[in-house]
Order: sequence, then structure tokens, then C-alpha cells
Amino acid sequence: MKRARIGPWIALTLGTLYFIVPLIATFEFSLRMRRGEYSFDAYRVVFADARFQATFGYSSLLALATIIVGVLLVVPTAYWVNLRLPKLRPVIEFITLLPLVIPAIVLVFGYLRLYNSESWLPMTGHEQATDLLLTFGYVTLALPYMYRAVDNGLRAIDVRTLTEAAQSLGAGWPTILFRVILPNVRVAVLSGAFLTFAIVIGEFTMAALLNRPAFGPYLQLIGANRAYEPSALAIIAFAVTWACMGLINLVGRGARTAAPAP
Amino acid sequence: MTQSSSTQVTAARSAGVSFGRIDWAWLGVAPFLIFALLFLILPTGFLVVGAFQDNDGNFTLKNIANLSQPSIVAAYWISIKVSAASAVIGGLVGFSIAYAAIAGGVPRWIRPTLMTFSGVASNFAGVPLAFAFLATLGRTGLVTALLVTYFDFNIYQYGFNLLSFWGLVITYLYFQIPLMILIMAPAIDGLKREWREASTILGATTWQYWRYVAMPVLWPSLLGTTLLLFANAFGAIATAYGLTGSSLNIITILLFAQIRGDVLHDQNLGYALALGMIVITGCSNVAYIWLRARSERWQR
Repeated sequence: MKRARIGPWIALTLGTLYFIVPLIATFEFSLRMRRGEYSFDAYRVVFADARFQATFGYSSLLALATIIVGVLLVVPTAYWVNLRLPKLRPVIEFITLLPLVIPAIVLVFGYLRLYNSESWLPMTGHEQATDLLLTFGYVTLALPYMYRAVDNGLRAIDVRTLTEAAQSLGAGWPTILFRVILPNVRVAVLSGAFLTFAIVIGEFTMAALLNRPAFGPYLQLIGANRAYEPSALAIIAFAVTWACMGLINLVGRGARTAAPAP
Repeated sequence: MTQSSSTQVTAARSAGVSFGRIDWAWLGVAPFLIFALLFLILPTGFLVVGAFQDNDGNFTLKNIANLSQPSIVAAYWISIKVSAASAVIGGLVGFSIAYAAIAGGVPRWIRPTLMTFSGVASNFAGVPLAFAFLATLGRTGLVTALLVTYFDFNIYQYGFNLLSFWGLVITYLYFQIPLMILIMAPAIDGLKREWREASTILGATTWQYWRYVAMPVLWPSLLGTTLLLFANAFGAIATAYGLTGSSLNIITILLFAQIRGDVLHDQNLGYALALGMIVITGCSNVAYIWLRARSERWQR
């Protein structure tokens, strides 16, 4: 039933145009900094900007911290729910979906009220404490994606048998978690990690409202004040997102070829 | 008391562990629950409670009533319109593209390419997306310039403005359409080829096939995903902020200004503003989850 008809091609062509044209336009615009000829000047200016380096580095570090905290939080929880508390699964799943219901701007509003400098747990008074708060905020934002990735990974392996085998060989809980379970859901964790990175690197709302020098607020600042650099930054951001998604595909494919069907 | 201890015994038996370890089993998820409480539930709860309090902490409905100020209603309304338009258009276009790539009889390589690209584009939101559209359809954007050069047609003279309702909708579609494609792909896979063949053999027209076979199966996921897109756009702020600064009066930008500088001069009204957002995204997400449960019947 191969019907090569005109309709699908029209839909795909128009779709491609809509998605490709802004990328081409942005790229073209980013090359126009030098009058009369195309050049990579805008990129040179961006990469040489100390604030670009500082904010991009800061956001990368935050993304890394978010991934570490997220993995430490999600993997044991999802493992434990799979192993011992299957009845709790709907509750945990519901909680992990809440960040999709509650917009980030509402969450950070709550943080600012609950953890301000006069509160019981002042986290916005001190820079490091605010960084911590921002990291926890990002962990919350990434929770739906991280939890689903890890949970899917755990469902694909036999958690109970692995645990019992490890226990009968005398392994304690840390060994089971980090040397048995984690390597087995490596691909799922990495997918969640790259997705987290893509979400965190350009995040604007939380960083701006918590007043931290992250990449998202920097982008906004440049956008308000410069002409060509924003386009270069948009291309860079797109490339970073693309790299994250490419890595997710790569580790996924690697897992499929590395683990041949028994 | 008796009841709870008897459930504990049953739980202990079914888990095959002794009494002492049951409490310990709950402890396994305690870090997660504490985290969720501290950074998800309490902050939201604080705003919800604050929405029903006056400055001295007494219960009041005044904040909710104050939401009916014209400027606030206008902000909610334009947010709802932008989200609904981008969700409906994004839903229809995304579905058409996904259907074309999956069931349209096009070469095989198109589908994985489309899926990978959708994964990227659905995450390419926020400030950079705004830059991309400014470079495309802004006053000096490439498409604007090309239209003037080759067709002598200045879209800005004919009332188009990127920093407006439709400009925002067109920009939001860049992440809405890919999200629709990603979520609808499994549902379209669930449309079995045999159904199409059987209906053709029985003499059904294409329209009859869609009306009586495909749509009854697809509508929960179509509608559900559209609602998800709505909530997705409703909570978005960075794209709009990058595009328009704070000139477009959507609800997230109003809330942003309120958090930054209490522009409403009423803290508790700010909480009510947040509560209104939670209610709206909450409703569309609950409907999405319900519809998703319905649609999964067909995907086995």
C-alpha cells in the first residue's frame, strides 16, 4: 500500500521551509557584522566576550550540578519504587509530572517568598546558597524528563533479580545502587542528563529572578543591546541543543548495538 | 489504629519482609519526598495560601476578586488567546506533518530525521528562539527584506508586526509543532494499516475512513496533546520576553514584573495571579492526562 501522493509532500515541504528558513535567516544575519561582506566577526566578538565565557561556564557548571543532584535523587527513588514500593508508583509519577503543571515562574516566585533572607531557611541572602537554590529549581524543572528516562530504563531490566544476585554475593546498598543498577541504566541516565543540560543551559526565568549570572539572562541582555551578536548566540544555542540531542541518539544507538539480543 | 496495623501486616507479607523493615522501605523514598515538599509543593502551597490572605494573614477572597481588574483580565486573555492559537495551529500542522512522514508513503529516512529534528526544535525555546525570529521576520529580518526586494511587499506596511499577537504565535509554533509531532507519532503508529485496507475494501471513501475509523481512535490523543501544547505555551515567558522585552502584556510577563518590583503594589494579589496560572495550566494538564489514559487503549 505505497501511495506516493502529493498531500504528504506538501505538508513536509511547508514544514521544512518553516523550520529551515529561520535558521538560514539567523545564520545569514549573524554573518553581516562587517559592512559589505560576510564574516564571522559576530562569533569572534561573542567568544571573546568575557561575560559570554563567564555565564556559559556558570550555566554549564549549574547544569552539571543539576545532573548530579538529579541522578542522585531520581535513580535511588525510581529503583526503590520499582523494587519495594510499586504501590507508590502513581504518587511518585504524579509528583514528577507536577513541574509540567506549575510553570517555572510560579515555582521561583514561591522560592523567593519561602526562602528569602528573613525566612526560616534563608537561601537567597548568600551567593552560594542561591546557587544551591537555583540548582534545586533546575532539578525540579528537569524532574519529569529525568524520572521518565530512568524509570523506563529500570523497567527494561530485571531489577529484582539483579538486586538479589548482588545481595547473595554480599553487596551492600551503595554497591548495588552504584555498581549494579546505575551501570545497567547508564543509557537512560545519560539521555536524561543531556536533556537536562539542554534545558538548563539557556534557562532564563529562574536565573533572572534569582539574580544569578547565568547564560539565559546574558542572552536577554545582549538581545536588548546589540544587533548581530544575538543571531550568533542563537546559532550557538541551537548547536548546543543539537549536540545534546545528537548525544542522546548516539548513546541510545550505542546501547542497542552493544547489547545484542540473547 | 487496628486498620492501619492490619494493612501494615498485609503490606509486610506481600513484600516478604519483616515488620521492622517496612518503615525502612518508606525511608527509601523519603529524600525524594522531602525534596518534592521543599522545592515543589511548599513553594506552590505558600502562593496558593497567600492568594487567600490579606496583608495581616486573615482569610479573604479580595485578592481573587481583584483579579478582575481590566489590566489583569487583559493579560490573562491575551495569554489564553496566544496559547490557544499556537496550540490549535501547532496541533493541526504538527499532526499533518507527523502523519505525512509516518503514513504518507514517503521515503523511510524522513521519519527518523523528522523525529531527531523535532527533539531539537522542541527544546530550542526561550531567548535564542526570539533572536532567530527577529532575524527572520523582524523589521530588518531576512524574509522581510527578501519580500521587499523581490515582491515589493513590505509586511510591516500591511499591519504585520513580530512584536504582536500573531508574531508571538508564529514564534511559539517553532516549539509547539515539534512537540506535537513527538507526542503524536506513537498514536499515528497505532492506526493499523489493516483498518485503512478494510475500510477501502468495504467501499469507504477517504472522508468516511477519517470520520468513522481514524478520528474516533485519534481524537483523545489529538485533543489531549493540544491541551498539553496550550499549557506549554501558557507557562512560557523567555521567548516572549526575548522577543518583546516587556511590551507585550501577557500574564507571565506581568507576573515577572510583579515578582521583580511589585508593580501591582499588592503582594497578595501577586499570589492570586500565580494561583490563576496554576488553575489554568492545571485544568488543561488534568484533561490531558485523562484523555491520554483514554487514548492508550488503542496503542497496545
